[in-house]
Amino acid sequence: MGDEELLKGAVITSRLDESIKFFDKLLNWARKYSLFQYPFATACCAMEYMTTMGPRYDLGRFGAEVPRFSPRQSDLLWVVGTVSHKLAPVLLRVYEQMCEPKWVISYGVCASSGGFYNNYATVQGIDCIIPVDIYIPGCPPRPEQVLDALMLLQKKIDCEKADWRFSRKKRDE
Amino acid sequence: MNRELILKIKEDFANDIISFVEDRDMPVFVIRREALLRFVTFLKECAEVKMEQVTDITAVDWFKKREERFEVVYHFYSYTFNHRLRLKVNLFENDAKVPTITEIFSGANWFERECYDMYGIIFLNHPDLRRILLYPEFVGHPLRKDYPIDKRQPLVKLRRPEESRERP
Ligand code: SF4
Repeated sequence: MGDEELLKGAVITSRLDESIKFFDKLLNWARKYSLFQYPFATACCAMEYMTTMGPRYDLGRFGAEVPRFSPRQSDLLWVVGTVSHKLAPVLLRVYEQMCEPKWVISYGVCASSGGFYNNYATVQGIDCIIPVDIYIPGCPPRPEQVLDALMLLQKKIDCEKADWRFSRKKRDE
Repeated sequence: MNRELILKIKEDFANDIISFVEDRDMPVFVIRREALLRFVTFLKECAEVKMEQVTDITAVDWFKKREERFEVVYHFYSYTFNHRLRLKVNLFENDAKVPTITEIFSGANWFERECYDMYGIIFLNHPDLRRILLYPEFVGHPLRKDYPIDKRQPLVKLRRPEESRERP
């Protein structure tokens, strides 16, 4: 009798665990194939981004085909091009307006490290301002690199725990 | 611009022209600051010169190379005659002021603001002399040769110092 009850409990607990894992997996699977992107395009890299979005390379194959021009409707921020210090508050604001879960891709060397602009105007990498998930090198990057970055991001999303994102630390902590 | 016209201008402004060069693309006049407004008005209104557009206004910083540190450069263009002219005014560092030509060419407004933004040259009587490209919080004028080349003035709190390559 007692044993049976214990067994019952154990089965239920492990089912719960399993179901949570299953839920995580399902959620991640859904998230990684429906990335709504916000292109924060500021410079020449934007041209290459357009190519990647176009029919030849077709980002839509990876479930990231809809650009949203409102940060409130998107969960993937592409920072495409040079970001100057005058623009930095705008970028920060756009980032803060996006709802969790959110991811950031830094597109091109300018966004990743300031590139060759070591001068009075340019931010030396947008990770000075916001957290970044994937960096894409290149000036500008080839579309293949961008597709690779997107696939890397999908892998990263796949490994996430659903609640990890919600308990994520604030930017300044 | 043909030769006679240049000669005529040189005669009319004999006392104001400091030097003149026939450069490979256009004639270049260096004139006294006091005569600037008179000269520009002449360029616009003289029926044979008829400069209708100011194409560019900028400055050159001759830091430690010349006694008169700044040189303000104007470019004019005439649609009617398809000719161009370059005009220069030399300024000392402690008196880097020049009268605005917005009264004559309203298109000069933003050029002068840019020139003020980048070089700190004051355009006297300008209707709205504010920074045009940089933000108002910016201190100094970045295209001056004595502005440190990589001195940045962030507006937001940074997550890591910009000089470090370590990712947070
Ligand atoms: S990385 Fe190159 S292509 Fe991209 S914004 Fe910078 S300069 Fe332009």
